Amino acid sequence: MARVLVVGAGVVGAACAYFLARDGHEVTVVDRGPVGAGTTSRGEGNILVSDKSAGPELALALRSAELWRRIAERLGADALEWESKGGLVVAATDETLGALREFATLQAAAGVWCEPVEPGNLSGYEPNLAPGLPGGVFYPGDQQVQPVRAAAALLYAARVDGATVRHGVEVLGVRRRSDGPVRSVECRVDGAVVEIDADAVVNATGTWGGDVSARIGAPVPVLPRRGFILVTEPLPHVVRHKVYTADYVSNVASGAAGLETSVVVEGTRGGTVLIGASRERVGFDTAISYPVLRTMAAQAVRIFPFLDRVSLLRVYTGFRPYCPDHLPVIGADPRIAGIYHACGHEGAGIGLAPATGEMIADLLSDRSTFVPAEPFSPARFVSEAA
Amino acid sequence: MATFTFDGRTIPFRPGQSVGAALIAAGIYSWRVTRVGARPRGLFCGIGVCFDCLVTIDGAPNQRACRAPAADGISVTTQRGTGHDDLAV
Ligand SMILES: Cc1cc2nc3c(=O)[nH]c(=O)nc-3n(C[C@H](O)[C@H](O)[C@H](O)COP(=O)(O)OP(=O)(O)OC[C@H]3O[C@@H](n4cnc5c(N)ncnc54)[C@H](O)[C@@H]3O)c2cc1C
Ligand code: FES
Repeated sequence: MARVLVVGAGVVGAACAYFLARDGHEVTVVDRGPVGAGTTSRGEGNILVSDKSAGPELALALRSAELWRRIAERLGADALEWESKGGLVVAATDETLGALREFATLQAAAGVWCEPVEPGNLSGYEPNLAPGLPGGVFYPGDQQVQPVRAAAALLYAARVDGATVRHGVEVLGVRRRSDGPVRSVECRVDGAVVEIDADAVVNATGTWGGDVSARIGAPVPVLPRRGFILVTEPLPHVVRHKVYTADYVSNVASGAAGLETSVVVEGTRGGTVLIGASRERVGFDTAISYPVLRTMAAQAVRIFPFLDRVSLLRVYTGFRPYCPDHLPVIGADPRIAGIYHACGHEGAGIGLAPATGEMIADLLSDRSTFVPAEPFSPARFVSEAA
Repeated sequence: MATFTFDGRTIPFRPGQSVGAALIAAGIYSWRVTRVGARPRGLFCGIGVCFDCLVTIDGAPNQRACRAPAADGISVTTQRGTGHDDLAV
């Protein structure tokens, strides 16, 4: 069994620790901040298969959806605020509906459970929906968790299986054996530099995965993509499923920052309704952009007119970690033995976390992976010359 | 003297008074029923921070009584839960 240091106590690091500890490895999770200090506390908790087209990410998402169900069963749905509520995708125009139906047909062929919804039946799914929408598609497999609670529950389970979780530990670099592989990790703790012995290091630092991978001598490109979420005042049960517009099937980026807005509306246990989400490439700029918020609010009111009468309590923002080819980077680094990457999940890190953790555990134990790991390999970012 | 109504009852107020201050002066201490556990609520911080004093004014729920200026003829009503029960599905 290996001594594995997982860097990052976000949902992805927590899922890695969960599966590695179950395999009997000696697992230590370190984070410079608390659980969910990064993007895990800055998004929504949608576990979606609906928004992914057939391909490697969908395969990973389907596996992950199955694993979330099992985790909810094992750890208790309440511990994660897990709900299997299903997702309703609505089209705003006939043209989008055509594109959505085509998209869904290809997904169904790839194993996604989805059902077309005729315009007359939309209000049966969501009574508060705007009348006159041309139709949609329902995805019964879409789920939801509260991401920080889910990360904390996974870490708790990992600790029960022997893992250690340490906060206030910032990773600075790795030291290697003379023959090459990782020997220890250099960290800053309370202002002092300490070394933690490890045979393997898992880089699960999300949006900071680019920075941390460079620190440990095995750089992979991970970039930030900003998103805003609007939070309403607490409401009674007003939205039954996750409801979103099909704009992502045909979303055309505009401007240098590539602003895209596609409405996602979901209720939470606390009563607030979350309205997401925007996508912009503006670096780590946290400044609120009112034009973007206005666009999001207007789009949400168009599908749920009652929102017009509801106040917003607050707005928050986060930075999705994305790789240039928009696939996460999961697997062993080809340059330094013992380094693994598990980051760059963009807008789907909550959904994809369990399948990522399972894949890392399988790779560390030299087992075959449930979903082919090759498309996610860090090797795609390492040029022959390097 | 200017007045507004609270659940139909006439409440007098002095210019510049908040809805909350006028209700307290009239001997009314609670004007909201919480979402969880149906507990009574009224003024707590009195300075617009805690949102405990929410009330419905002219049909619009979730107004802070300690911040809302009293105005002649407005209709203030007890708020139950989120104040948006009509939207429930
Ligand atoms: C607006 C918005 C909406 C979203 N909605 C969804 C959604 O509905 N569904 C979904 O699946 N995904 C969603 N996402 C994406 C999702 O939130 C992320 O993909 C996911 O949280 C990434 O998790 P992570 O564990 O990889 O990274 P993080 O949660 O960012 O964790 C990385 C951790 O690494 C730590 N760290 C960084 N550097 C160091 C260092 N040097 N030393 C030690 N620790 C370090 C950080 O403190 C942090 O805790 C959304 C994101 C945004 C911004
Ligand atoms: S009493 Fe605290 S906000 Fe009104």
